[in-house]
Amino acid sequence: MASRTITFEPSDTYNAFLTTCSRAEHGDGPLAGVAVAVKDNISTTGIETTCASKFLKGYIPPYDAHVVGLLKAAGAAIVGKTNMDEFGMGTTTENSAFGPTLNPCDTSRVPGGSSGGSAAAVAAGMVRMALGSDTGGSIRCPAAFCGIAGLKPSYGRVSRYGLIAYSNSLEQIGPLGKTVSDVSTLMGVIAGYDRHDSTSQNKPYNHIPIAEIKGLKVGIPQEYFGKGVDPAVAGVVRKAIGRLEELGATTVPCSIPSMEYALAAYYVTCTSEASSNLARFDGVRYGPATDWKKSWHDAYQEVRAAGFGTEVRRRIMLGTFALSSGYYGKYYQKAQVARENVRADFNRIFRDVDVIAGPTMPTIAFRLKEKTDPLSMYLADILTVPANLAGIPSISVPCGKSEGMPVGLQIMGRMFEDERVVDVAYAYEQAVS
Amino acid sequence: MADAEGQVIVGLEVHCQLDTKSKLFCGCSTDYRSDGPNTHVCPICLGLPGAMPALNRKAIEYAMKVAKALNCEIIGEAEFSRKNYFYPDLDKAYQITQYDKPLALGGYLEIESDEGGEKKVRLTRIHVEEDPGRLVHMGNAERGKYSLVDYNRAGIPLIEIVSEPDMRSPKEARKFLNKLRATLEYLSVFDSEKEGSLRVDANISIKGSERVEVKNITSYKGVEKALTFEVTRQKNLIRRGQKIDRETRHYLEARGVTQSARSKEQEHDYRYFPEPDLRPLRVKSWVDDIVLPELPDARRERFIAQYGCSLNHARTLTGELKLANFFEQVVRGDPKGLSALAATWIADTLIGELNYRDMSLDKVEPAAMTGLVHLLKAGTITDKSGVEVLRVMLDQRHKGEAAETPDAIVTRLNLAKTTGDDSAITKSIEEAINENPKALEDYRAGKAGALNFLVGQVMKKTRGKADPATLNRMLSEALKNREA
Repeated sequence: MASRTITFEPSDTYNAFLTTCSRAEHGDGPLAGVAVAVKDNISTTGIETTCASKFLKGYIPPYDAHVVGLLKAAGAAIVGKTNMDEFGMGTTTENSAFGPTLNPCDTSRVPGGSSGGSAAAVAAGMVRMALGSDTGGSIRCPAAFCGIAGLKPSYGRVSRYGLIAYSNSLEQIGPLGKTVSDVSTLMGVIAGYDRHDSTSQNKPYNHIPIAEIKGLKVGIPQEYFGKGVDPAVAGVVRKAIGRLEELGATTVPCSIPSMEYALAAYYVTCTSEASSNLARFDGVRYGPATDWKKSWHDAYQEVRAAGFGTEVRRRIMLGTFALSSGYYGKYYQKAQVARENVRADFNRIFRDVDVIAGPTMPTIAFRLKEKTDPLSMYLADILTVPANLAGIPSISVPCGKSEGMPVGLQIMGRMFEDERVVDVAYAYEQAVS
Repeated sequence: MADAEGQVIVGLEVHCQLDTKSKLFCGCSTDYRSDGPNTHVCPICLGLPGAMPALNRKAIEYAMKVAKALNCEIIGEAEFSRKNYFYPDLDKAYQITQYDKPLALGGYLEIESDEGGEKKVRLTRIHVEEDPGRLVHMGNAERGKYSLVDYNRAGIPLIEIVSEPDMRSPKEARKFLNKLRATLEYLSVFDSEKEGSLRVDANISIKGSERVEVKNITSYKGVEKALTFEVTRQKNLIRRGQKIDRETRHYLEARGVTQSARSKEQEHDYRYFPEPDLRPLRVKSWVDDIVLPELPDARRERFIAQYGCSLNHARTLTGELKLANFFEQVVRGDPKGLSALAATWIADTLIGELNYRDMSLDKVEPAAMTGLVHLLKAGTITDKSGVEVLRVMLDQRHKGEAAETPDAIVTRLNLAKTTGDDSAITKSIEEAINENPKALEDYRAGKAGALNFLVGQVMKKTRGKADPATLNRMLSEALKNREA
């Protein structure tokens, strides 16, 4: 395999990158020489991988995530690691230990999160495509806020091996790109079975988008246009759905009653898993060295209190509580029941419709430091978390503007019908471009 | 009511390393004992961020073999869970184990009870889990300068076998362990000779009092010792009218005592939840494909039937796979002729001599033992000389000296039994009688001990070569002649 290099020296005024590789190697293949940015929670051999946490400052993985190996094999040049909310915990990329990323559409606003660096890098034209990860909307939210396309694949279609886990049962690595075609191309490279990920499925993605949606049935859940959703954003999305109808799709009103508990189920599940995933960061192997004069219990406490950001500590404590004996049944187990209900609702709706459409985010991108209390921040995830709870594919495609800021149209599909959500997004994109 | 004479009640939790080639969730080799620290590691068993477990199918097969052999029921959908706790040897700060959906439930193991008969010890469950790494303390654990972590052991597959509180003495606990070890070895899933391959936590109580958990027992003998210590300690407390605390204690092998664990260690909340990186384990259907080898009980019965072994000898010989195989190699080709004698010599004499030397059976070739038994059977040497030959054989092999055959040893040491009216015996008899006039007097006075004493003296002089029956006859005759 011929090895060449490309030069990558962007002027990163948005703080999209935590690490850049000024001379990035690449080989031959379908992505030969294409600059691809990788979210900083995806392990890359020899390139520092921090999850935007002080704890992993200086951590250089000795192995590649499965998807990184696939990128290299496809000839892509990995040009850098992108900023994010620490360990993926956030909706704005403000929770980075290395400063927030700015939204290229309006630098007074956040790019969304947690894959904000990846979205900003694509939106600013620094790279054609990027990898992100989506636990509760972390690809789709920044895609919507920055005006690009982003896909959360069906759970299991893309190997998570090497993705530094935040919430294993919810998250997937996925592609972000300026166009749906780019998203589809990158998805084709990263999807497929990996024996190192026991939850991965043997469902490769070999698909070229088709802009044909005549006869498609589109479910419009009332909850996606109700309370908490900015009417201006809802209006832009309704108009976009109108475009789908013009292209031959029919719309069907529907309801997802389980959404009432979706957010709670999501936050209980992800914080529980996170409390366990992040326990290994203890100052012995990662982070600032533990003070060995103290007993190790005390040393752990001190190092963990100092090493994690506020939001990470909050979620670790919430998750620890939710898993504690006496509370497990009340929280974690209940959340799994609620999760089943969300799945059941989607299954029911997908008997009658092919895809479900609605806004990706209830608002346009927030201003920096606009969201200060955690609860209102969590509420912003309400439209994206259902797809993670159910494991279904979901894409966000730009569909217009509100107050001059991009709005995302979200298309969710049946389990493993990633191709179909890509086609619908592509059809829309082609119709408006 | 607490009663110092109350019934002892023991239940065991036994952790055994499964003898697979690779670790439970990665491809690293399990053969780490002779290598340096942290040489058998990879991103998965080091718990590096982003690495994920992939289940070793072989380990599950091994565990299912055990479950089937111990009459357990395989669960339709088992599950792995995370046991969360902070400890520097635990790479991920959680252990992947099984919690509320273990691989197998129920089952039993038959042991010889203290009363002598067979008894069933019921099992609660068997589950599969990963071994943590190992801490090496520089200095001691409390005040040492620092500790080093070795992750070679991290991810070695373990099964935990939990028994019901069905044992009634430390001795029964030891028997349970021995029987369990034999069963696992017969199944070829366990190597008891590997250091640290077995670890036991024991629950022990005196009927009517609180239960105490003794952790950290790492040897077969240790279980009996630790529990015996606990029985004494608990009974003494009861006698003094004191209450037994429900607590966790550590066994300190070197001192043979148990010590209360610090209360902090007892207050664990492990926050178990299903391991999201592994799928549920649906393997019940595999159980039909598992063909079990002959197990210790069946082999014991066969030894009795086929070789005419006594129950006790059969029990001893089949109690260890290696020993049972050794026995069958020794008597191969001539089962009827040699077997009873071989059983006695192996089960009674050889084992004692090996233990005395802390020597492994591996160093003894079955052919040498066959040779020895042949010499004894043919009457070429006496039992006493047999022991001497065996000792020489073992010493040579133990010290790595040139190993002689039993025949060669007999020739070199001139141990062949003196036969018939050999003049050497006659001479020794005459000498013995002449040197011990008192014995002759006693004999004449009808004291029974005198004859035995003189037999001993003659034996000494002939260095054990004299056939005891012949010697007795000749000595009696000589004494009668003196009377005349």
